[in-house]
Amino acid sequence: MKANTPSERLVNGIIKENPTFVLMLGMCPTLAVTTSAVNGIGMGLTTTAVLAASNLMISLLRKFIPDGVRMPAFIVVVASFVTIVQMLLEGFIPSLYDSLGIYIPLIVVNCIILGRAEAYASKNPPLPSLFDGIGMGLGFTLSITCIGAVRELIGAGQIFGRQILPLADAAAGTAGYEPVTIFILAPGAFFVLAMLSAIQNKFKLGAAKRGIDPSNPDACGGACASCGNSMCKGKRG
Amino acid sequence: MEQMLNVSSNPHVRDKMTTSRIMQLVVIALLPTTLFGIWNFGLHALLVVLVSVASSVIFEWLYDHFMHKPNTITDFSAVVTGLLLGLNMPPQIPLWMPVLGSAFAIIVVKQLFGGLGQNFMNPALAGRCFLMISFAGKMTNFSVGEKYSGVVDAVTGATPLAALKAQGFVENSVPVKNLFLGNIQGTIGETSALAILIGAVILLAFKVIDLKVPLTYIGSFTVFVILYMLFSGMGFDGNYLLSHLFGGGLMLGAWFMATDYVTTPITPKGQLVYGCILGIVTAVFRLFGGSAEGVSYAIIFCNLLVPIIERLTKPVAFGKGGKKA
Repeated sequence: MKANTPSERLVNGIIKENPTFVLMLGMCPTLAVTTSAVNGIGMGLTTTAVLAASNLMISLLRKFIPDGVRMPAFIVVVASFVTIVQMLLEGFIPSLYDSLGIYIPLIVVNCIILGRAEAYASKNPPLPSLFDGIGMGLGFTLSITCIGAVRELIGAGQIFGRQILPLADAAAGTAGYEPVTIFILAPGAFFVLAMLSAIQNKFKLGAAKRGIDPSNPDACGGACASCGNSMCKGKRG
Repeated sequence: MEQMLNVSSNPHVRDKMTTSRIMQLVVIALLPTTLFGIWNFGLHALLVVLVSVASSVIFEWLYDHFMHKPNTITDFSAVVTGLLLGLNMPPQIPLWMPVLGSAFAIIVVKQLFGGLGQNFMNPALAGRCFLMISFAGKMTNFSVGEKYSGVVDAVTGATPLAALKAQGFVENSVPVKNLFLGNIQGTIGETSALAILIGAVILLAFKVIDLKVPLTYIGSFTVFVILYMLFSGMGFDGNYLLSHLFGGGLMLGAWFMATDYVTTPITPKGQLVYGCILGIVTAVFRLFGGSAEGVSYAIIFCNLLVPIIERLTKPVAFGKGGKKA
């Protein structure tokens, strides 16, 4: 696949450099808001919107932002978009706004957004940057929705608020699923993140053993500076 | 370790005391309180303990088997973990819960961190706290049928310690004698201070544990409770103090779980510090915390402090340091 095309950027963000399970970025929202699958999707899409818009804007401005003050400049751009998204959420989806709470303004300091701005958007043309943002955002959304769904299933027997596993009813005396409450509390986030990372590592390392190089050094077009892949030979050298 | 004529690096002089021998002694020392718990609570308690021990050993074997590691079930540490976890369960618990607790204790807390010697907190207590957080209702339901329904009037199904927290030591509180002998409500293994002390004497006689951690633990706990009594305007009340000492999991925790080699500082000075912190933390949890019991959380919390304690109390190596001239 040719480097820096929109489709390559999407695949890169969702699978190859999945921000949660591969880059291990954006851990605070990943751990904090994934108590249910709905929260995961909400947080993920909100972040995607901000990420795509800020990537596009920073890429357009990349020739005008002096290197010495690029961080404050990025933050101003990101913070503006976060403010817009926050107001939109408060106005149109107040239930999601309430359940995400403080984590919406904290998207400003989400390391995925700043990381992509620094590593990709500030060095690449607008179109790939936009798709890089969308890809990374969707990868993030997918990951934290998975984490949220697993936590919700084990911790409450539900997925997307729907009761999948019937609960035990003490009054009626029927047996059923006993929710493992710890999974919707803070420790559960770490358990599930670790489990899912282990599973995806298993697949990745399995692929590597079969002779498929996960870092795929030839396909990236040698854009090492923009690349977050620490497994790549060029990065190691 | 059992092989003769093996070529190895030091140490070359070894004690006869092996890991499995120590673990077997701990199991033997736990037998009095186990048997008392079964006698006290009936057949279901026996089932809980058996399921807990069996599932711990099975999970240890399964992990070793699937991760292609040498089989470690012969060192008996899984038996001890399972037994302690079983003794920390309420007697009427559904039998799938000890299985889940064992899985968490053995696989997550012990094996994923590298097996025996590497676990960062006491596996049995971590398993218990996992269940406590997940199934708070079931894990604190100590109603064991008719036998003790009349003992605690105010709160049905409450342990003496919960009643003590709610109302202090009053006329109809459980007598200290019952707390010491153990015919009260509670988890399977914690009720009888007498049976636990018999076990502790066995451990001390075979030099499996020494007195540093248990005594500083119980001592600092006692001091804290006395200070609390004096400063809270309650006045000194021997019964209140003794109820705190013999009720709940303090005895089982102090003699059997705080003394776990892996999660205790190795330096003698560190052990004293560790015991003191344990006592204070337990007392704070019990007196000011939300629940009546605080031993399990106190011990796993202090387990996390062990690396720092060890670093701070490291003895000066021979030939180094000393007074500058």
